[in-house]
Amino acid sequence: MTAQKAAEQVLKKFSSATSLEFRGEHSVTVSLQDFRQVMEFCHADLGLNFMIDASSVDNMGEEPRFLMVYELATVDDSVHLRVKLAIAEDVEVPTVSDLWATADWHEREVYDMMGIRFSGHPDLRRILMWEGYPFHPLRKEFPLAGKSSEMPDVAFTGTAPLEGGPFVTSPGAGSRVKAEPRAR
Amino acid sequence: MVTATDTTSPQDTAESAKTALTHAAYDSKIEGNIIFTQVDAAVNWMRKNSLWPMPMGLACCAIELMATASSRFDISRFGAEVMRFSPRQSDVMIVAGTVTYKMALAVKRVWDQMPEPKWCIAMGACASSGGMYRSYAVLQGIDQLIPVDVYISGCPPRPEALIEGLMKLQKKVETEQPTKTQKVETADA
Repeated sequence: MTAQKAAEQVLKKFSSATSLEFRGEHSVTVSLQDFRQVMEFCHADLGLNFMIDASSVDNMGEEPRFLMVYELATVDDSVHLRVKLAIAEDVEVPTVSDLWATADWHEREVYDMMGIRFSGHPDLRRILMWEGYPFHPLRKEFPLAGKSSEMPDVAFTGTAPLEGGPFVTSPGAGSRVKAEPRAR
Repeated sequence: MVTATDTTSPQDTAESAKTALTHAAYDSKIEGNIIFTQVDAAVNWMRKNSLWPMPMGLACCAIELMATASSRFDISRFGAEVMRFSPRQSDVMIVAGTVTYKMALAVKRVWDQMPEPKWCIAMGACASSGGMYRSYAVLQGIDQLIPVDVYISGCPPRPEALIEGLMKLQKKVETEQPTKTQKVETADA
């Protein structure tokens, strides 16, 4: 089986799914109500027994805002299928950590960084930031310097000084080339 | 001259004890092995030459820390070779690397577990100031959580720089007044 055949089978079984081929890579975009069945189908029937990665994209200003991206593969790497799921804010995504155990930590990371919640996840805690941290730092509205937060006697975060730092772009400098930090 | 240690026969005991008392102030056998000093100075001398580090290796600085401990640079020349992975047994915490906010809790906890007297070396740019990591995830200098005695610049610092830092810390330990400070602290408490 190839990735193209796998994508075709998903399309045949689920009418709401769409697929895209780009430079030999195959992606299927599915709807939220079909999502769980698609993943079970991929795992059981298509034999995609290896999850490479689960990640998320923040398209702030668009509707729906977030995009979940799952990279599924077979262990021998002969098939690589990407499954995408567009979701609005405050919508819970069904977990797939029971199908692929590795999804457990990937989903925790997505929750930590982007704030997307997963229903049915066995242990949805933060994984990179400290427990109790109030923000989701990879969201578009979160500033690079961070925000200060405090839980008395537990932990705090501060705003990192960025002024004049080596990685600060100069907004309004005209072109992208002039705005880049290396132009200074 | 007769001293207490020269006693040979029981008949002489009483006589020699009397002489020993008289001449106790001078003993040719131990003269030269006695040093007159202050308790504080003696304690400092012992402390500074046996600083047991708590290696808090968090990033690439830890590699240089390991190099400092190994044969080429040999931190044991300065009495600091006994890397202790138990905070209860260590004197100086060498924070070597990037301290993220999540790890900061553990660093603070380990520091709190170390018994007094304790010192801290912030090794490298990250531990001193956050270094190039100006972001939401990185603590901007470990001195925001625990008191730092010596900052070492570098990214990462070479082993020579760490040894220099350790020698600076030894100089600092020399100037401390352990018994005097203890008195003040108990009086306050």
